[in-house]
Amino acid sequence: MLEGMLIGLQTALSFKMILVVVGGCLIGTFIGMLPGLGPMSIIAIMIPVAISMGDPSAALILLAGVYYGAIFGGSTSSILLNAPGVAGTVATSFDGYPMTQQGKAGKALSIAAIASFCGGTIGAILLMFFAPMLSSVALLFHSAEYFALMVVGLSAIAAFAGTGQVAKAAMMTALGLIMATVGEGALFNMPRFTMGIMDLQSGFGFITLAMAMFALPEALFLVLKPREINDSGSDNIKDMRISRAEARAIAPVIGRQSLQGFFIGVLPGAGATIASFLGYAVERNIATKEEQEQFGKGSIKGLAAPESANNAACTGSFVPLLTLGIPGSGTTAILLGALIALNISPGPRLMIDEPQVFWAVIMSMFIGNFVLLILNLPLIPYIAKVLAIPRNYLIPFILFFTLMGAYIGQNNATELLLLVAFGICATALKFADYPLAPLLIGFILGGMLEDNFSRSMQLYDGIAFIWERPMTLGLLVIAVGLVLLPSYRARRARLSAEGVADGD
Amino acid sequence: MALDRWIALILLGICLAYGYAAWFTMDAGLAPFMQRNPIWPSTFPKVLSVFGMGAALVILFGLEKSEEKIGDIDYRRLHEYKLGQAIVLLVLMVVYAIALRPLGFLGATSGFLIFGSFILGERKWHIMIPVGLIAAFFVWYLVSEVLEIYMRPLPGFLGLGS
Repeated sequence: MLEGMLIGLQTALSFKMILVVVGGCLIGTFIGMLPGLGPMSIIAIMIPVAISMGDPSAALILLAGVYYGAIFGGSTSSILLNAPGVAGTVATSFDGYPMTQQGKAGKALSIAAIASFCGGTIGAILLMFFAPMLSSVALLFHSAEYFALMVVGLSAIAAFAGTGQVAKAAMMTALGLIMATVGEGALFNMPRFTMGIMDLQSGFGFITLAMAMFALPEALFLVLKPREINDSGSDNIKDMRISRAEARAIAPVIGRQSLQGFFIGVLPGAGATIASFLGYAVERNIATKEEQEQFGKGSIKGLAAPESANNAACTGSFVPLLTLGIPGSGTTAILLGALIALNISPGPRLMIDEPQVFWAVIMSMFIGNFVLLILNLPLIPYIAKVLAIPRNYLIPFILFFTLMGAYIGQNNATELLLLVAFGICATALKFADYPLAPLLIGFILGGMLEDNFSRSMQLYDGIAFIWERPMTLGLLVIAVGLVLLPSYRARRARLSAEGVADGD
Repeated sequence: MALDRWIALILLGICLAYGYAAWFTMDAGLAPFMQRNPIWPSTFPKVLSVFGMGAALVILFGLEKSEEKIGDIDYRRLHEYKLGQAIVLLVLMVVYAIALRPLGFLGATSGFLIFGSFILGERKWHIMIPVGLIAAFFVWYLVSEVLEIYMRPLPGFLGLGS
């Protein structure tokens, strides 16, 4: 492991890589701060740049830097404007914005920066220990288990989608998988479902789809419903110091939430958003009575908890991506797509075949967190000025970068028309409250899922692999359980609620 | 019927068409040696079509109870939002896609940025035009000189490459 760390440090500490990390973090912070643009859109916009760099470690480091930067920037706009740029930082605004209203914006930003730094760093340390362990287990997996594992991942994403949303998430996953079968697969050497259209021969473009699913609907939402931003905070950021007593109060919170956030992030489907809300709720429940009163009115504990949890969860979500090659969230799905485009297949072999990529990413997490802390603490009052860019200029630029992202990769103007068409469909789906991340995850996993399924079918001459391999069977049972459990629980809750009503 | 169920109906239609293609049209042209294979190109799509139809039916018949929650935007009151601006911007994106090749990157992009802010209600031409031109040139320089991806900067008849 030490050897790996040294290889990683060697790669990550080169001048070019440090530049990439700093650039990625800054871009992420800038764009993440803009209300309405989430990390997925930012990463989708950055992919063409990352791919054209050609070096997989640099690309992954850039995208990871953008990811943390976006989460960090989102917390800044949550604190200053009560307008979270990212869903994962909504919980930050519960206590961050009241602090700004009390004139303690500087302190709130410092606490958020320190909590993020600790969450990210502790997460990276845990990742360093857990990823190799999980990889060595994953090396024992055959294609049958891989198939089953991907099914578990996809059903967990559906199951975590929320009450009443499981069928919609499952539908979106199915749609993503269906879209993945369009075009010429490697396995069969024949075009499928292309309807004779030449442009569909190579399937749908992954970047086009990512842009259409995330960046375009978010931009259109900004057009449809302009947010009233009353910028009061970004001008009076002063006194960023934290007293010793405050530091002592938030230290245990940060420790607990970093651990909890990391493990929530590892689970497929549960990302930074769930981790931050859960972290906030847990800390409120275990706080003393007087401190509980403070929650929601500018409690420093209530600010530190979601901030450390969401950063640790971001790091945690890299575990399934790097060790199994299975993304658990929309963001890591986009990262996986970028890696595949760079001819790297993440999975248990990554650590053996491409140790420099694996360790460079982990080392860059430490560097990225550090950069975010030292760069953003002094610069945040200036960076926050980006919030003052008028939306009349901002929105055309966002739309333009969306178009560019889809165009640069393919150099094909038809791709732009597809982007607009898919974007309109995605906006309609968003109106009807269909989750879009499962579609993209399904689309990206579709090819691998079918490959592993076909390989096991061939090895066992039929679907016998399901019951002849106990681990596969076990995983598939878990997958079915995950999908059915939420509706079973909702049903039981409804029945018992009815029972209570009858009793009255 | 609420929008989510209409969409489920459309998706059901897509799954039916997909399923029809997978179950009835794909296996006809299969080579004899492939037919002995346990897995056919149509196997996985067949499974998917059944799964997709199942999920679409569950939504369509409302088998999964859920309280309706209204998100950021309530589509029933869509006309109260700035729908016109959004549609015109989408049209502008289509125009951009069509004009990008014949007009060249610089012209199309600066036009897109200038008209984009015009549509959103900006009227300060002395800011819009320089911002659009500088941004277009800057992005072109970044993409074609730094990242080395070729994009034709000017219209074709001005004779700068194909």
